[in-house]
Amino acid sequence: MSLHAELTVDRGARFTLNLGLTAESGETIGLLGPNGAGKSTALRALAGLLALSSGRIELDGQVLDDAAADEFVPPERRPAGVVFQDYLLFPHLSALDNVAFGLRARGMDRRSARQRAQTWLRRVGIGDHARSRPRALSGGQAQRVALARALVTDPRLLLLDEPLAALDASTRIEVRSELRHHLADYPGTTVLVTHDPLDAMVLADRLLVLEGGHVVQQGTPTEVAHHPRSDYVAQLVGVNLYRGTSRGTTVDLTTGGTLTTATRSDGDVLVAFGPTAVSLHRTQPDSSARNTWPVQVHSLEGHGTITRVQLTGHPDVLADITPAAVTDLDLEPGTPLWAELKATEIRTYPA
Amino acid sequence: MTTTQARATPARPQARSRRSRARRAGGLPAVLVLPALAGLAFLIVPLAGLIVAAPWPTLLERLADPAVLGALRLSLVAASAATVVCLVCGVPLAWVLARSELPGMRVVRALVTVPLVLPPVVGGVALLLVLGRNGLIGQYLEAWFGFSLPFTTAGVIVAEAFVAMPFLVISVDGALRGADRRYEEAAATLGASRWLTFRRVTLPLVAPGIAAGAVLCWARALGEFGATITFAGNFPGETQTMPLAVYLALQTDPDAAIVLSLVLFAVSVMVLASLRDKWISPNAA
Repeated sequence: MSLHAELTVDRGARFTLNLGLTAESGETIGLLGPNGAGKSTALRALAGLLALSSGRIELDGQVLDDAAADEFVPPERRPAGVVFQDYLLFPHLSALDNVAFGLRARGMDRRSARQRAQTWLRRVGIGDHARSRPRALSGGQAQRVALARALVTDPRLLLLDEPLAALDASTRIEVRSELRHHLADYPGTTVLVTHDPLDAMVLADRLLVLEGGHVVQQGTPTEVAHHPRSDYVAQLVGVNLYRGTSRGTTVDLTTGGTLTTATRSDGDVLVAFGPTAVSLHRTQPDSSARNTWPVQVHSLEGHGTITRVQLTGHPDVLADITPAAVTDLDLEPGTPLWAELKATEIRTYPA
Repeated sequence: MTTTQARATPARPQARSRRSRARRAGGLPAVLVLPALAGLAFLIVPLAGLIVAAPWPTLLERLADPAVLGALRLSLVAASAATVVCLVCGVPLAWVLARSELPGMRVVRALVTVPLVLPPVVGGVALLLVLGRNGLIGQYLEAWFGFSLPFTTAGVIVAEAFVAMPFLVISVDGALRGADRRYEEAAATLGASRWLTFRRVTLPLVAPGIAAGAVLCWARALGEFGATITFAGNFPGETQTMPLAVYLALQTDPDAAIVLSLVLFAVSVMVLASLRDKWISPNAA
């Protein structure tokens, strides 16, 4: 089970999307990039809402689109489920009938379709809202209905278009964590479009960073974050992310090391902070920051306005510093340093 | 010179502020208000006159007159049947107009609106030429099926549908263009065919537009006069609808004409009431 796609879509003279995409089943591919990079165009092409100008899409050996051979499977016959950015729940149908819609369209009788839809609503945690119209649902609830609606037909390809973008900050954390669990259970291939590096880091197994319709870098989230090939990618994918176990404000990281956070939490968590939140010192800093630990420079990558320093220690960490600071600190691979991080800079999410 | 100017300058802001205060207080120029009032009176006074002149004491009795009831029943049946015809053909036509990307759709749209501006009597003549006993199509209807439209109740329905259909098509076309097509895309990704998508997603989304169009269409059909009398004639009980009955009664029994007019007026008011707020607000489409 796998997805092979060569996507080329011409949108007038100004924009051409050109990207190659290969994914195994069970894998989640993140398409990361700013607005206008072509992420949604790629998703629409995969869903069949847009025909390729050239290239082909093959899913588990079945050709979905082949521009050269003039083959095109329309969206209603593709084994794909889509979660749209603003969900597009049918306003005149209840949550239950929204989820049952795909099953009914495939010819399942009303009773069985509703039963299955109800099972899925329970699975995404909103079994109590089956009768509600989309207008009466909160953003987080609507997102869950949209996910259930996309998954209820057991698609082999799941397409998520900015699935968390419409949510407020606190709902987002909760839904992101749930989505991660659902994606882990999902046997098919997932393509996730996002402009949020944290979503990409948490949810994707592999990242494709898009700029102007082209892939500028791809790899695992860690690879991309550690070795951004351009200033653009560095700024886009700049995030330190760890898993750990939290007790109050202390988090023991699975990769070794301990961080002190400003907010309290318990159990398995994800902790994240940006590379700019880390400052580097030649000697152990005597400051109010709660987190200081010894590190060693592993590599330096300059990207114009910033230099990304990859440091080993407990934990390993990425730091963005100015080229001037590189000179002041006289950095080179192997240089021993102290990393310093304010507890307030750390964001904690339930894993 | 210099002193005069210096004195004049501070006076000007005062004048301006007085004028703007007047504007804020709602002072409207008489040159606009008077014609506006005249226009308003022109629209309202005749209707008020109708109510004043009505023979109220004998109203119920006159309404119960079999001739009046017959015309009313025929009008309601024909207008409703014409509306059904318009819905069956007009909604798909509006869908094609709104969704087709074929060239020439603008010409088709223009053609659809022709009956809207065409004098109805011309429509009646045109229908006679095509569907009349010797008409282009009518002669074959007659020859093959022994079936003739003019001067029958079916002819009334045809005449009314011809005149009223554009109202429905334009209303539904507008609603379809205003509807978010991404819902249709969402339905497609869920496995719905275009026909299922049309029935289960598009139609419910544009239902308010269809309802508004159907009401307008029905009202237009109910009031139809020119095309009906030309194409279907004026036979009591068969083709004599309310507007025709009003016209005829005016020459013999003016009180009956007033009563019939009152009935049509009441129906119009009900139509307006049913179209209020959401159906005619711009965001309904």
